[in-house]
Amino acid sequence: MAVTRDIVVSKDGPSGAGGPSSAGGTPPVVEVRGITKRFGSVLALRGADLALYPGEILGLVGDNGAGKSTLVNIISGALAPNGGEIFVGGEKVHIGSPLDARRYGIETVYQDLALAPDLSVWANVFLGRERIVRGPMRLFGWLDRRAMASEAREQLDRTRIRIDSVDALVGKLSGGQRQAVAVGRSAAWGSRVLLLDEPTAALGVEQQERVGELVRSIAAQGLPVLLISHNLPQVHELCSRVAVMFQGRVIATLKPSESGIDEIVSWITGAALVARKPE
Amino acid sequence: MTAATSVEQAEQGGRASEPEAIGLRAPAFQRILERLGSLWTFGVLVVIVVAFGIAAPSLYTKAAWLSTSEYAVEYLILAAGQTFVIVTAEIDLSDGAILGFSALAGSLLMNNLLNHHVDGGLTTFLGIVVMLASGTGVGLLNGLLTVKLRIPSFIVTLGMMIALGYGATNLLTNGNEISNLPNQVLAIGTDSVLGGWLPIPVLVALGVALVLGLVLGRTRFGLRTYAIGSNRLAARRAGVAVNRHIVWCFGLSGFLAGVAGLMVTANLSTASTIAGQNDELYAIAAVVIGGASLFGGRGNIFGTVIGTAVIAVLTTGLVLANVSAFWQYVAIGAVVIVAVAVDQVRTRTAD
Ligand SMILES: Nc1ncnc2c1ncn2[C@@H]1O[C@H](COP(=O)(O)OP(=O)(O)O)[C@@H](O)[C@H]1O
Ligand SMILES: [Mg+2]
Repeated sequence: MAVTRDIVVSKDGPSGAGGPSSAGGTPPVVEVRGITKRFGSVLALRGADLALYPGEILGLVGDNGAGKSTLVNIISGALAPNGGEIFVGGEKVHIGSPLDARRYGIETVYQDLALAPDLSVWANVFLGRERIVRGPMRLFGWLDRRAMASEAREQLDRTRIRIDSVDALVGKLSGGQRQAVAVGRSAAWGSRVLLLDEPTAALGVEQQERVGELVRSIAAQGLPVLLISHNLPQVHELCSRVAVMFQGRVIATLKPSESGIDEIVSWITGAALVARKPE
Repeated sequence: MTAATSVEQAEQGGRASEPEAIGLRAPAFQRILERLGSLWTFGVLVVIVVAFGIAAPSLYTKAAWLSTSEYAVEYLILAAGQTFVIVTAEIDLSDGAILGFSALAGSLLMNNLLNHHVDGGLTTFLGIVVMLASGTGVGLLNGLLTVKLRIPSFIVTLGMMIALGYGATNLLTNGNEISNLPNQVLAIGTDSVLGGWLPIPVLVALGVALVLGLVLGRTRFGLRTYAIGSNRLAARRAGVAVNRHIVWCFGLSGFLAGVAGLMVTANLSTASTIAGQNDELYAIAAVVIGGASLFGGRGNIFGTVIGTAVIAVLTTGLVLANVSAFWQYVAIGAVVIVAVAVDQVRTRTAD
């Protein structure tokens, strides 16, 4: 345990210096320290540290089973950690549910998209935060369907997502369009950070490019993005920093401007760890 | 319009690279089939109403309307609650048993109060309260057992059906029926509006269907009911209190079983220990004929009303046409299977 921890490489922080919560620079928007998570006998996370800074696209890469999804699920309140701390805007917080995470402005696009196929696009966008009409019918939770449809339209337009009709059932959309709805929904609601778990895994090349553009424009509008992806060339091109997970821990944070794809790969496979061990 | 067209064109490129794209370019006739889908059972209803009308013109009389609609009352009320449960991808096999149990529990109390010379109005009020409360209580218990112990609702409500419908109900009155009821209760079963065309129980059933149709189709509760059945994990991640919602749906189903129990008791002037037995089968059949999927996420009260009407008209129509009563079951069973088969074909061509 101590071995890998000692040799964690950090080229992170907006100034490039210091640890994850470097003093002097801008404080991280969201930071996790020492997160552990156990599934029965499997230790999925063994003390993961990660910090996300304003305006950046932080890549999170690692082999299957490295713990990326588990870490994202903990930050988004979908899973409870066994240990560790979460900071939002520099303050220690407790995220006990997806609702808590949302209240902190954390939005997530899950690997499985988390869309309800039998609901319309607008209903998926507003699920869990439905618009209710004013007046006496409010008591009954009467939906303001028109407001939700038009707001959903605006939200998706703002993120340049092309959906013919927000009244269409999500189950009738193509894979790419579903992805777009999931990303657009979270981007529109997220006020602090957007977590994307393999948003392009199920997509063709062209669609991957489009999601890439989307991520870039979201970050350009000031919303920092945590991007989990196996598409290393895209990660290398899009991200300002790339965190590498290995066996439940973030073992390196690299800057694409300083490290090539080969170096990222050597961290992903653990080869870089072995190479450094004698030091 | 121009914007929509350019969006459409922009999407073409993306679609072409994907297998799913084929579905979006479905031929027009398939799309028409899809739209008609929800109205398909309505078409079946029209056909059987016409066909039975030809075979037995007495179907178009007030007497036939009254017997058909009164027959449908308990099934419609039960099926409306069942729709909510089925849309969440659960099932309630115990609603018929709850009907019988709550009706008998309330009647037992009313019988005792009358024997102690309590005022009929007060007795009726308390009896109704007990029926609705016991129905709701059992329903909530179904829901709690389902979500807390993570036992499939099929099993929970199967056990509840056996324990309640065949056991507890008989234990309440040693197997006896109760017909010492206040006049106010009996009036519910005999009074009507619209010049005798609309008996109170039918009015209540239609009111229940209307209100629940609006709740399911137009409110936050309804939207979340669909979301839970469509993708439970997604609903949970969206912040929906999934377990609590499911408990409420079972509670609603139980409450309506209590309402149906009251209607049946009033209609027959008696609470019997076999009231409601097997009703859940027709309630589920009505929901399924109405287009709901047992996998959740699909179904609506309008469809359930149509489904109930199909069952009721088949039953009355076959009686009026002098067909052996046993054919009713064959016909209804066949309609259930055909309805689902057609639905399968329809969704398969649509996907
Ligand atoms: N719900 C779960 N139950 C049991 N084990 C799990 C669960 N989720 C993840 N794991 C295990 O935790 C480890 C990390 O998984 P995950 O976070 O999904 O990795 P990644 O997203 O990096 O591929 C894996 O060994 C996986 O099998
Ligand atoms: Mg994963």
